[in-house]
Amino acid sequence: MSPARSGEQLASASGLTRRFGEVLAVDDVTLRVAAGEVVGLIGANGAGKTTLIRMLLGLLPPTTGQVLLFGEPPSRRTRARLGYLPQSLGLYEDLTVAENLAFSTAAYGSHDAVLEGELAEVRDVLIRELPLGLRRRAAFAIALGHHPDLLVLDEPTSGVDPLQRAYLWDTIRASAEHGAGVLVTTHHLSEAEQCDRLVVLASGRVVAAGPLAEVVGDTKAVEVSTPSWEAAFTALDDAGLPVNLVGRTLRVPGAEPGAVGRLLADAGVPADVTTVPASFEETFVVLAA
Amino acid sequence: MSRESWGCSGLGVRYGGTVALQDVSFEAPAGAVAAVVGGDGAGKTTLLRALAGTVQPSAGTVRRPDVRRLGYVSAGPGVWSDLTVEENLSFSGRAYGLGADELGRRIAGLLERTGLTGARDRLAGRLSGGMRQKLALAMAVAHQPDLLILDEPTTGVDPVSRAELWRLLAGAAAGGAAVVVATTYLDEAERAATVLVLDRGRSLLAGTPDEVLAATPGLVVEGPARPDGLPAWRRGARWRAWSSGGSTPPGTGAAAFDLEDAVIVAQLRQHQGRAA
Repeated sequence: MSPARSGEQLASASGLTRRFGEVLAVDDVTLRVAAGEVVGLIGANGAGKTTLIRMLLGLLPPTTGQVLLFGEPPSRRTRARLGYLPQSLGLYEDLTVAENLAFSTAAYGSHDAVLEGELAEVRDVLIRELPLGLRRRAAFAIALGHHPDLLVLDEPTSGVDPLQRAYLWDTIRASAEHGAGVLVTTHHLSEAEQCDRLVVLASGRVVAAGPLAEVVGDTKAVEVSTPSWEAAFTALDDAGLPVNLVGRTLRVPGAEPGAVGRLLADAGVPADVTTVPASFEETFVVLAA
Repeated sequence: MSRESWGCSGLGVRYGGTVALQDVSFEAPAGAVAAVVGGDGAGKTTLLRALAGTVQPSAGTVRRPDVRRLGYVSAGPGVWSDLTVEENLSFSGRAYGLGADELGRRIAGLLERTGLTGARDRLAGRLSGGMRQKLALAMAVAHQPDLLILDEPTTGVDPVSRAELWRLLAGAAAGGAAVVVATTYLDEAERAATVLVLDRGRSLLAGTPDEVLAATPGLVVEGPARPDGLPAWRRGARWRAWSSGGSTPPGTGAAAFDLEDAVIVAQLRQHQGRAA
């Protein structure tokens, strides 16, 4: 097979639905990943991310709908062009970095995979003796060893520090620049900024999709500045509003500024109430509600 | 509740020959949320355990309330999976010496605040990750502790549950508790009153989020391409870089940078220092 061309559809799911008995885990989802782009798949627990990924990989047949990988149904042939990094990393803990790579390259029949930089220095170290950041980078190098056209990464940066996270995202973005398509899940919404496009899942359905700015759109939050944030917080929290503390300022996504002002006035709390653009995290809370 | 400040000064902890923490000072004032940030192996859990008194320091001093005035949520499950939600709350509440009447009232209130009322008879082992963390937090605050310590309560937790957990721990601070929360994520730390960033057992950055940003030396620049000769990292399809001398290379401009960038700069500087 020839390598992917920029813009080519690598993965396409149409009207994908999956039932488990009475439970509708994925409900009529359409999703595409093209060569050269990083797509973020974002959802709450139980939103259907894992079920959707398993269908995309060809590990689980959909109840209805269709998956095409590189223009054909998932098969052994398509598996060879795919790199999958599960949350558990899928490495052999009692083998070294180099042995894990050798195992993977033998399975994929690719022979030009190399370990570079810091990974070359730890090539003979057992996986279980590596710190998490390096273990994740080793898992990346191994998942990319056969130069896959489509990368599926499940929570790839969980638990690592900002510099290690920056190294991992550098690898992800560089793969996309070299023509791979990337589908990445994350619970951490600051990482949404690293993606070209987002697909937001809630209760098995796509509730928003597009570039970050488009998904946030004109969603607003109410910001409350007050000398007594404790009293303001208690009043808004007791009223059942999704209030959050940022430093000594309060923010309430999706709320009416008038209603917030009245609640605070009734509680006798002096406060300045303004409307501000919502963050992606706040938008997500509003979308998932 | 007393308006005291808990924390540690010049704290050192060794495990055998390994230095887990060295010369770490940290304040956890009553009525505020303090964040401890760092990756795997940075020393967050050791610091939290030393604050709670379950790890003995090899150097320095720790100020903490009596153990009965302390609440601790460990990383991992932290609940009894073969007890129901209500049994978990009642077991830990009795361990802290709450009487039957008070316990009943507290449990009803906590179930409502955590949204777990509908799950009160469910086995804790059958809860989702986010619900389990909310239960663990409810168990730690049932006796209204003066110092509430949480070890990565939001790791692996979905964004909706994460927002709810932060609302609950802000509520504990609003009630007067000193709250200490460990996290690997800087966007969470930005919500805290103060931040301590740990790297390999040492304090890398400390202060309010604004102070940490203001203390970043040189200039963080950004642009569409990787600038030559500067340590650089990506933000989406664009690049950020650290200009130690404060100059703006061609094709870049000053970036509106955040805590994530500030920590990357601090880590780069420290690694350069080690290499030199």
